[in-house]
Order: sequence, then structure tokens, then C-alpha cells
Amino acid sequence: MAQNLKIFDGWQGKALDDIFAFCRELVEDPDYPTVRKWREAGGKVAGHFQVYFPEEIAHAAGFLPLRICGAQVDGMEAESHFGSYLCSIIKTSLELALTKKVELDLFVTHPICDAARNLGAIWGRNFPYKCQILYLPQNPNSSYSLQYLTDEYNRLKSDLEEIAGRKIANEELNRSVEIYNESRALMRRIYAIKRETPWLIAADEAFCLIAVAGFIPREEYVEFLKAVLPMIEAREMKKQDKMRVVFEGGFCELPPVDLLQTIERSCYLVDDDLLIGLRWFLDDIKINGDATRSLAKSYLDNSSYSPVQHDLRKPKEKMLLERVKGAQAEAVIIAAAKMCEPGLEEQVTYSKMLDDEEIPYFVSEFEENQTSFDNLGIQLETFVENILFS
Amino acid sequence: MAETTTFSEDLVGRGNKDGAALFRDWFTDLTNVAEEGRGAAYVFVMGSLNEILKTFDFPIVFPEINSLQTAVRRVALEFLNDAENYGYSPDICGYVKADVSVQLQGGKHPMGTIPKPSIAVLTNACNTYIKWAEIWERMYNIPMFTLDVPGTRADGTKTSKGDEGFENDRKYVAEQLKELIKLCEKVSGKKFDIDKLREVLGHANVMSRGWKRILEMNASRPSVFSALTDGTIFLGVANGLRGTPEGAQYFNQLVEEMEYKVKNGIGTLTEEEFRLFFVGVPCYPIFRRFNEFFTDWGGTFIHSTYLWFASGGTNLGFEYDLDNPIDSLAEGVLVNVRDAMDSMFHQHQTVLDLITPYQLDGVVYHPIKSCRTVSTGLADGRRYVMERKNISTLFIESDMMDQRVVSEAQMKNRIDAFFEGMISRKQTATV
Repeated sequence: MAQNLKIFDGWQGKALDDIFAFCRELVEDPDYPTVRKWREAGGKVAGHFQVYFPEEIAHAAGFLPLRICGAQVDGMEAESHFGSYLCSIIKTSLELALTKKVELDLFVTHPICDAARNLGAIWGRNFPYKCQILYLPQNPNSSYSLQYLTDEYNRLKSDLEEIAGRKIANEELNRSVEIYNESRALMRRIYAIKRETPWLIAADEAFCLIAVAGFIPREEYVEFLKAVLPMIEAREMKKQDKMRVVFEGGFCELPPVDLLQTIERSCYLVDDDLLIGLRWFLDDIKINGDATRSLAKSYLDNSSYSPVQHDLRKPKEKMLLERVKGAQAEAVIIAAAKMCEPGLEEQVTYSKMLDDEEIPYFVSEFEENQTSFDNLGIQLETFVENILFS
Repeated sequence: MAETTTFSEDLVGRGNKDGAALFRDWFTDLTNVAEEGRGAAYVFVMGSLNEILKTFDFPIVFPEINSLQTAVRRVALEFLNDAENYGYSPDICGYVKADVSVQLQGGKHPMGTIPKPSIAVLTNACNTYIKWAEIWERMYNIPMFTLDVPGTRADGTKTSKGDEGFENDRKYVAEQLKELIKLCEKVSGKKFDIDKLREVLGHANVMSRGWKRILEMNASRPSVFSALTDGTIFLGVANGLRGTPEGAQYFNQLVEEMEYKVKNGIGTLTEEEFRLFFVGVPCYPIFRRFNEFFTDWGGTFIHSTYLWFASGGTNLGFEYDLDNPIDSLAEGVLVNVRDAMDSMFHQHQTVLDLITPYQLDGVVYHPIKSCRTVSTGLADGRRYVMERKNISTLFIESDMMDQRVVSEAQMKNRIDAFFEGMISRKQTATV
């Protein structure tokens, strides 16, 4: 059975630099070899679009949850399904499915933005399997939102059970929550290293380590991080005189790894919102009683932030300021994917707050398929020099 | 005979004339509110919650309507430039930017002065509503209430009253409405009056009933109004005056006018050659000209998804149960707003279903730069329709606000080719 299959191998016994290279290769591979291996062994795959998805429910049903987050592909097939004014990730995500680079048994999108919420219908018109929107609450401040989200998770659970052909016991779901808790705690350790000793792990290396969680079983991911983290902590690297910066704007479409490397050349990237959905919870989800309710409660009350989740308790600029202070950052890169409405709108809010706080910032746009970084590198170096010599 | 003629002279075109007058009065009232320094409720067309806000006598501001007015009056670019200078990207919604500029200018608008908000009420029907209201929340430090309305989860899975899923969603909406009422009490300083709510709901019922009837009447041949031009005027009243006696009277009279036109075969064009369906948002920067590109060929718009989603789904004709106002309002808001979302995301089957009863010759898809909510799925929806029905379709992109991305010459060429294709298709069918 696929559930017992190891699909993530090849890293064991490698040196740390080789492990990072291996991860990067997988992260940038649009053919998703691990997912292919899983399917070939008879496993089912639940694809879910950015930002957050309760993977534990799919995991408990025996699915491999697959984070659909675009790819560096041309998008030729998908092009005729869309108009002109659209971010890249929407197009390339559909491209992966149309060209059968990824094959799914279920696709779930979320009402995170005006474009992404269209994906459920678009996918549904093109594929025979279930394609739907998981309506995560946009009014988490309502006293009824917890019940609503619990109902919504139970609806999703029923759909997964129907495809899997079996029921998910509460204990099974709690067991999945436990595994995911463990994996998120390990991810938090990576971010602690970034904040406290950023010279031990580069921005691109940390990003690839986290991103791997999007396409392998979480048990294997836990085993992997447990082996790799001590290697990072034992790394002999010299601290450099680099500026500490926070990168904001990677909550959905992801910047190319080369872009992160470009930043790393002149700065330490001490915190960010890259793949924030994988790291959504601030602490462990409590394992007691009704597991779907615990998942829902944590989503509402124990979570990070992003421009696409509205919560009156979490004004985005205040949250960013906390991130900056928590990481003792000296400056912020406020990025947004091209044509990303929420990201571009938030740039203005962020910049006004940073002006008030007199924190230097650098505004930029990126695209997942971007290949040239020379200009960005020069601009960033100039930005850093201006601060250093001001 | 003479009496009938007099009647028709008064009746035909009354809806457009009265609609424009009501609109001017509405903006005059808003200017008075602004001059008196009073605040307004800022709302959106998809789920305005006018039903509750009118109960508390809030002056209502629809920033979307304010913004589109700048485009129709051909001054939008000044407003867009102003917001872009402030920091907003050229690639975001033009409505948002025009409104930001209005706010930065203290409410100055071509139709009057827009009062500042005292509360912002919105639904999740469009995600940009949320980002937009967050701007006012920061600018004015006002309460912002997001009524979260769950939409259809997957095509073909729409739930109905009594279904477990529907009832779960209805309860969520009902609880939020109660929370909104509490917030309105706090902001307005007025106690909630359920009898007044009943009164407002009664007026809204008349309007919804009339709106549904009017849309149905355009199945007649010739069609009695243009869904693109006349329909936009009706839509403005349907939104701005929802839940008011003036709005109810307007729709009763509009039904009367359209019934008269149907009965007497009075069409919107002298020669109706092509009956078209419009999918998307109008091209407001060249509103009249855009329509003329079609009418010059004898084409008229019979129906439009815009009239569904931009009326917040009130096209369904849902009527509230006045004996059970809160629960019924929750049901109505859920049904209507969900339908507005379906009209944007899942419109493909409805378009197919209307081709025969509305005797359609073509479907025009008009995605726009400003609005990903409406536009993202249109090319794919068009593919779906074309694979299943032998009907002419046209896909043209421009914008609802930004004349910089409206290329008239290119657009005209495409539209001319579309009509030439339809003529050729008709000739082939005749042979």
C-alpha cells in the first residue's frame, strides 16, 4: 500500500550541501517524482491550492496531500483557458494538471483571492474528479465561525471518505494531527535558526527544506528534518556583516529560488511569509476530543497571518511589525507577485506603517518564472549601502 | 386610440428618465449628508445589507457606483493617477483606486460630495471588497463588518433549504446578521426596530419581484430593453434604493412599462438582427460607444451576467417572509449572494440554458483587467459553451475604469469580425 511506501529517499548519507541541492532539485521539478511514485503504488492524491489547507484530514484518509503552488513551466496549455491580466501561479498550476505532470483524485481551492476562487470551477470543467472550494471563514470574528468551520471541515472529510471508500476515525485524525504538530515544531526550529544564527542556513536552503513538506508524506518529512536539523546546527559557518531583513509577499505565488539567493548575497533573510500555510499554526494543535473542531479552533485562534485572511484581531501591518521586531530585522523587503491584487494592495499599507516606524523598506515585484535577477541584485545592494552609509 | 398613444408617450422610456432622476436625487442627498458632517454606511453591490442598514436610517454609499460614474463621465484617469501616485499599483482594481482618490480629496466627486464612512459593511462575494474596506478601516478608524457568505462548493452541488449543508450555512449567516444588528445599534445609537425591518423587507420584496419579471420579459422578440445600457440604469436603482418606497414604486412602474412594450412589440432597436448575451462587466470608459459597436450591426444585448451578480443575486426574485424576518433575511442573503458568486464562477451552464428561451445568436465575453473575480474563469467558461453549443462567441478584453487598456480600434475590428461571422453563419443556415 502507498501509505507504507517510502517515496522520499536519496538524501540519506549525503553531506548537508548535497542534501540542500537534492531538495532544490525536487522543489524545482515540475514532474513531482515523489507524487508519481506514490500514485504508481496505488496511492490517492489530494491537490490543494495555496495558502492553507487542513492536510491532516486528507492524511488521515490515506491521501498524499499535494500543495499546488505553480511551477516554472511555460503554461502553453493553460494559456487558452485564461485571459491576460492574471498572476502566473494560477496559470501554471492548471498547466501542471492539464499536462498530467500531476494527477489528482481531488482538487481543493480556497477563496483567498478573486483569481484563486475561480479555480474550483475551472478545474471542475476540465477534470472528472471532485474539484471544490473549501470556504475558510472570512469573518473569524463571528462567534459562530468555529462551528461553521468545523462543519466545513466535516464536509471536506465526508468527500475524502467517499473517494477513499472508508471512514476516518477520530483517533486516526488525531494521530495525523500529532504527526503534523511534530513537523511544524521542526519547521519552527528552522525559523529559529534563521532568526538567531542566520549564517547557519541561507534563505534558499531554508525555503527548499520547508517546501519539501508540500509533496511528501509527513512521516517521512519528520524523519528527514530530525536528521538534517542537527547537521545545520553543527555547521561551521562564519557570521558575516550583513543586514538583517524580513521578506514579505511570498504567501501564495513563490519567488524563484535564485531570487532568494540574490537577496542572500547582500542580506540575512531572518524571517518571511514564504509558504506560510505550511507553518500556519503558532503552536501545537491540541489533541483531545473532536479532532476537526481542534483543527478549526487552531485555524481561528492560534495562527499566523497573511494578506488573504481577514481577521480584525490581526491587522496585517501590526503583524508585520511584530515579525520585524521578533526577528530583530533592520529592514523589510515588501514584495508582491505580479498581478497579485491582495499582495499589491498590502504593499501600500505596509509601506505607510514602515514610514511611520522609520523602518527602511524595499518595494519589489516578482514572478515565479522570472529568470533575470541582475537588476534586483544591484538595486538591493544600493538599498543596503544607502542604509549603511546614511 | 388617442388615449393609448398618450399613455405610451408617457410610459416608454420612463424607467430610464426616472432612474436617472432618482440617481441625481440620491447623490444630492449624499452631498447634504457630507455637508452636515454626518457619516454614511459604505457598502457593496453584492450583498449590500441595505435591508438592515435602512432600518437604522444610515445614508448609503456604494463606492463601486461612485467609481464607475467617474469612468462614464470620462474623468476616471485623473482619479486613477491620483491613487497610483499615492502608491497603488496600476495592476489592481480601478474601482478601489478611484475611491481612494475620492477619499484623499475629501469626498470630491463629479456627482457631488461623498460623505465619510461611519461603518463599512461588506460580504466576501468579492475578495477585493475586503481589502478595500481595510483601507477605510485604516483611514478613518471605523468598524468594518465582513458578512461571510459561503458560496457553492463545486459545480452542480448547490444546496437547498432543508439540506444539511444549506442549513449549516444559513445558521452561520443568521448569527452574523444578529452581530451586525448589534454593531449597527452601537454605531447609530438607535435601537433595532423589527417592524421597521419588516417594512424595509416588504419594499425589497417588491423590487426583487419586479427585477426578476423585467429580466424575464426580455425573452420577448423584439427585446424591450438593452441589458447593457438600460439594464445598468435599472441596476443602479435596484442597488441604491433597495428597501425604500421609492425603489419599490420605481420597479412597479418599470414592470408596467416593460409589459406595455412587450404587448405592443416596442423593441429597443428598430431592427433587431442579433440577440446577444453579455458575460462580464461593461466597458465604462467608452460606455455608449462600446454599445454602438454592436447596435450599428443590429445587435442588442438581451441578457447579461452583470445584471445578476451586480444586483447581488436579487434577479432570483427571492421574497422575504415578513413573519420571520431575521431567519428569512439570512436565507435570502445566502441564496442571493451565493447566486451572485455562481453568476461569476459557474455561469457556463446557465448561459447554455438561456440560449434557446432567449433566442440568442451570440455570447460576448468581456473580461477586464480590474476584476479577477469576474474575469479569471471567462475564457474557460467560453470553451465549455463552445464545445457544447454551436453558437458564435466573442472574447474581448479591456477594462471598466482604465482607458489606457481600452483600444477602440482593435475592439471594433474584433466586433466587426464577430458580426461578419454571424451573418455568414445565418446565410449558411438559410442555404
